[in-house]
Amino acid sequence: MARETREARQPWLLLAPALTTIFFLLVVPVLFVVVYSFWLRTANGSDQPGFYMTNWAEVVTDPFYRDILFNTLKIAAVTTFLCALLGYPTAYFIARSRGNKAMLLMLLMLPFWISYIIRTMSWINILGVSGALNSLLLSLGVIETPLQLLYNEATVVLGLVHFLLPFMVLNIYVSVEGIDETLEDAACSLGSTRWQSFLEVTLPLSLPGLAAGGLLCFVLAAGTYITPLVLGGPTDAMFANLVFEAIITQLDWPLGSALSLVLVAVLGALVFIYNRFFGMAQLMKGLS
Amino acid sequence: MSSVSLRNIVKRFADFTAVHPMFLDIPEGSFVTLLGPSGCGKTTTLRMIAGLLDPTEGEISIGEQLVNNIPMHKRNLGIVFQNYALFPHKTIHDNVAFGLKYRNVSDAEVKRRVEDVLELVQLPDVGSRYPNQLSGGQQQRIALARAIVIKPDVLLLDEPLSALDANLRENMRIELKRIQEKTGITTVFVTHDQSEALAMSDKLVVMSEGRIEQVGAPKDVYDNPESSFVADFLGTSNIIDVNCESADKSGVCVDAKHLGSVCLPREKARNASAGLAAKLVIRAEKLYLVAADTPSDLRSSVEGVVETVDYQGQAVRYFVRVGDLQLQALNMIDNQPFNEGDTVSLRFRPQDCVALKGEG
Repeated sequence: MARETREARQPWLLLAPALTTIFFLLVVPVLFVVVYSFWLRTANGSDQPGFYMTNWAEVVTDPFYRDILFNTLKIAAVTTFLCALLGYPTAYFIARSRGNKAMLLMLLMLPFWISYIIRTMSWINILGVSGALNSLLLSLGVIETPLQLLYNEATVVLGLVHFLLPFMVLNIYVSVEGIDETLEDAACSLGSTRWQSFLEVTLPLSLPGLAAGGLLCFVLAAGTYITPLVLGGPTDAMFANLVFEAIITQLDWPLGSALSLVLVAVLGALVFIYNRFFGMAQLMKGLS
Repeated sequence: MSSVSLRNIVKRFADFTAVHPMFLDIPEGSFVTLLGPSGCGKTTTLRMIAGLLDPTEGEISIGEQLVNNIPMHKRNLGIVFQNYALFPHKTIHDNVAFGLKYRNVSDAEVKRRVEDVLELVQLPDVGSRYPNQLSGGQQQRIALARAIVIKPDVLLLDEPLSALDANLRENMRIELKRIQEKTGITTVFVTHDQSEALAMSDKLVVMSEGRIEQVGAPKDVYDNPESSFVADFLGTSNIIDVNCESADKSGVCVDAKHLGSVCLPREKARNASAGLAAKLVIRAEKLYLVAADTPSDLRSSVEGVVETVDYQGQAVRYFVRVGDLQLQALNMIDNQPFNEGDTVSLRFRPQDCVALKGEG
């Protein structure tokens, strides 16, 4: 009996360091944020502890926040869709190539060695008024005055796709890599064309990878504030920019807390739905 | 059902020739086996018939039609892959019905044909299951069912039994042959397993290093190997360098050193000529060990010492030393097997031997 309880306790003992770390560095701060969201910022700038619904009422009822939330989800969805569209052929090509896959994957990871902010800002040098593209078009005589290409929703999506594409490619790659190539041969031998075989066999079997990549891209895109800050115009703020604005600029921690919890809840719901259909294990496959 | 013919087929990869100029006729309705060690070009040949590889040179015809430029999906072939290649996300029914989707078959007809073929492979009740819910042997049957339900002109089998364990493999071998005979589909079977090849084929094609070594009925190829490769690859043989003493219409006599002079009937030594080197092939199961003092009524009898005893249950394989020769003998066990170190008398009948042309 004593031995059984000891054995039952053992996994928890081994997990204790990890669980302690997660508890103090993740759970406790989030609880602080939850508590903060019910406080109130007074007119003189100090935080008033207590249980006020004021922030929540504002966040839930003000259409300003709702519109930006919807716009954020829309941008994330468009970004995810574009990543899937560009990422699938790339991943498929790498997975099915007879050449040096490790080398190709390494090239894919190369951008991660440069700071995400630097990578985002590099677009200013490409698309800016005195950037590479405008200089080229001016020197070719295609245009007379530089085009205003930056600071709109399209450049925000462009920056996000640039940032997130490798995550999508890696996830799809892992999935396609695991599909037996002879399955497509078998389908062809039974009378389907190469394209039909792909649609009938490889695509459905790689859906878990596509979904995992999609989830990662969507969550990361919806939670970003750097890209709209650097590449977006004044009207292209995304939801995380509101949190940044409230906390860093206005020093309104209670409102910022409530806003960030809304984003956490929306994305959490998405992850929950994903988990119901595919399970979290698929997500880990792509990351390992 | 159709015949298949390969005319002067060559396959080269970059700097390697996998198949040298090759001619082969596969008659309609026959079961032809391509047999050889790995890397002999048998799978490459099969993949060219399938359309998975294009021949570098030569012509492939199925029936009357030249198929070199016809893509795989229009060749109407049934292929069973080594790893079965069942679609894991489709039910057994959908797997089997897959090929019928591309063939203008009515729903009722699909249902009937899938039921019939599942009956034929003796798995009538698995339609709603998924491949991973079946055993290896069952998956094998489904792969076969999926390949034959489309009524292919030719059935191609790429080492389909190699992933099964020994007992199952022998049962599937009989099953596969039964289904082939029942459906009468022209079948090309690729294997490196000689017992499968000997048991199942109407016609055996032995290949080595991209070339056909010998073609014939299994018994002919086994009893009358035309090269030392075939003699060595099929069964266990003793191949001894000998000199041909005399050769005429009635027979050939060779000087087999320690084994003395051996005289074979002419049809067992077609290519031997007097005065030249030759190779004498003695099948291990045709070389009998008897106690040294047993009186002999056979002319070819010689003494040797048992060096190694490889006990196999109902049979035993001996390695016997005769002078500078080591001979293998595969004998059924009668009473007690001999022990290592025993002196024994070796017996064989000259008409069981084959003399091949020697090198140089």
